[in-house]
Amino acid sequence: MAQLEEVTIDQYRHLVSERALTGETMLLNMGPQHPSTHGVLRLLLELDGEIVVNCIPDIGYLHTGVEKNMEAKTYQKAEVMTDRLDYMNTMGNNLAYVMAVEKLVDLDVPPRAQALRVILVELQRIASHLVWLGTSGLDLAAMSMFLYCFREREQILDIFELVSGQRMMTTYLRPGGVWRDVPVEFEKAVRDFIKIFPKRIDEYESLLTKNPLFIDRMVDIGYLSKETALSYGVTGPTLRASGVDWDLRKKRPYLGYDQYEFEVPVLHEGDTYARYLVRIEELRQSLRIVEQALNKLPMGPVRSENRKFVPPPRSEIGVSMEALIHHFKLWTEGFPAPDASIYSAVESPRGELGVLIAGDGGPKPRRVHMRTPSFDNLAVVPELVKGHLVADLVAILASIDIVLGDIDR
Amino acid sequence: MEKALEPIVKELQEKFGVSVEEFRGEAQCLVKPEHIVEALTTLRDTHQFELLSAQTAVDYYPQTSPRFHVVYQLTSLAKNLSAQLRVPVNGDQPRVQSAAGVYKSAVWRERELLDMFGIEFEGHPDPRRILMPEGTEGHPLRRDFPLGYEEPQFSFNYKEIDLRKPYAKE
Repeated sequence: MAQLEEVTIDQYRHLVSERALTGETMLLNMGPQHPSTHGVLRLLLELDGEIVVNCIPDIGYLHTGVEKNMEAKTYQKAEVMTDRLDYMNTMGNNLAYVMAVEKLVDLDVPPRAQALRVILVELQRIASHLVWLGTSGLDLAAMSMFLYCFREREQILDIFELVSGQRMMTTYLRPGGVWRDVPVEFEKAVRDFIKIFPKRIDEYESLLTKNPLFIDRMVDIGYLSKETALSYGVTGPTLRASGVDWDLRKKRPYLGYDQYEFEVPVLHEGDTYARYLVRIEELRQSLRIVEQALNKLPMGPVRSENRKFVPPPRSEIGVSMEALIHHFKLWTEGFPAPDASIYSAVESPRGELGVLIAGDGGPKPRRVHMRTPSFDNLAVVPELVKGHLVADLVAILASIDIVLGDIDR
Repeated sequence: MEKALEPIVKELQEKFGVSVEEFRGEAQCLVKPEHIVEALTTLRDTHQFELLSAQTAVDYYPQTSPRFHVVYQLTSLAKNLSAQLRVPVNGDQPRVQSAAGVYKSAVWRERELLDMFGIEFEGHPDPRRILMPEGTEGHPLRRDFPLGYEEPQFSFNYKEIDLRKPYAKE
């Protein structure tokens, strides 16, 4: 096994300023166990008094080898690993993965399944933004936000439990459709949420948006320019708050996003406050999409009829020999995918969530790479925090909305 | 392949002699290792591919030459286009020029590739491991790196297996 060596300044000599070597500035560990790092993230800070001179993120504490594990599983079974990546966006991760598999094997998805996917993924976006709002409020001493946001998030998780049996690790979206049709209570549960939520967003805003303490902590803090953002590969709300109008749902519509009316909020300030405003507006827009998709929800099958990739329904197995064979083959061996590679991307709450799958002709992938947005979004943090106070670092980190499971994989 | 991408691919073919493979409407351009930084610079500066969306590698073990493909997934926001460049690398001492000077996002991505595949990047500003701890042996995402498993412990062999386990005993 690996021998762990003591960490010395020599390792970081090329990353810190000259003054750290003479002891004029101080090196301080923030994390890995620190409530403001939103997980197990270690930041090595070089401080001049309370001002951050350099910030060196150290990641990998949550590295679980998801990509390696997926190579050892069939395409269907590897899907459960995707839930565990970004645990705030489980439906979205499922979506990114199943869309990549569908593209690799050229599988069609019925319209009802597509609309259900849109509803669930947008609800997940709201849930994810609610966790962000709650925890970043907590970081800036707005304690009550946490309770309010988790109250509404719970309502969404109840809907997920209704459709999939699980609150978080859903694995509800499957290659070729969804696991099963939604129960009859689903529509009422979503309608209740749609009815109640706009008022709740107004409540959050009345607590935070014009609160002078909040504005003082956020305006002109952590400025991210358009050029820096693009060069670092930053995507999602963080990029849109820096004045780049880029949302994959609008620019490269998948799942029929082009048939729903919604706006993509873009702000040009590029500071922490702009990132806050963009996400608040996204809550409203996601709710609009959920409502439209629910109104238009077509009837029909929820999974593809292509039996070579999608298992037959339980009712058929008892009466059809073909169905039994397909069921057996799919759950023991899995389905083969071509020896080729594809890249497919969706817009997750944090940015571009891309999946690169290379098949090898057999039922297991040769390589699955998850291009997770938090990884690139965190890489830009050292640029943002330079010259700010340690307390501002907390606000900046919160506004980037990182999830460590997403970074470490 | 999308219509708007065709002249760009053609230019790459003429300038750098790339070969193009197509699958499900996605063009994959194979670039020689010595040309990759130039090709990326050309795409960024003259064709507005501002975003390096993903940079990763695929291990084609047991094939050895080339064993790896380093994949660069580029996005042009202005033209709404995607392009994929691939650099084939041999299995013994894989080395590629670093793209960190062209796209800053390559700095962390290449550290990840060094960590996970043992591909070295020439001229990288910060060549350290990123996910695994310093001093780890091997590169976990290589196909010949074992996945690892835990022996199931039953009451009759619990202690025997426990003694073999690699966790700290003190």
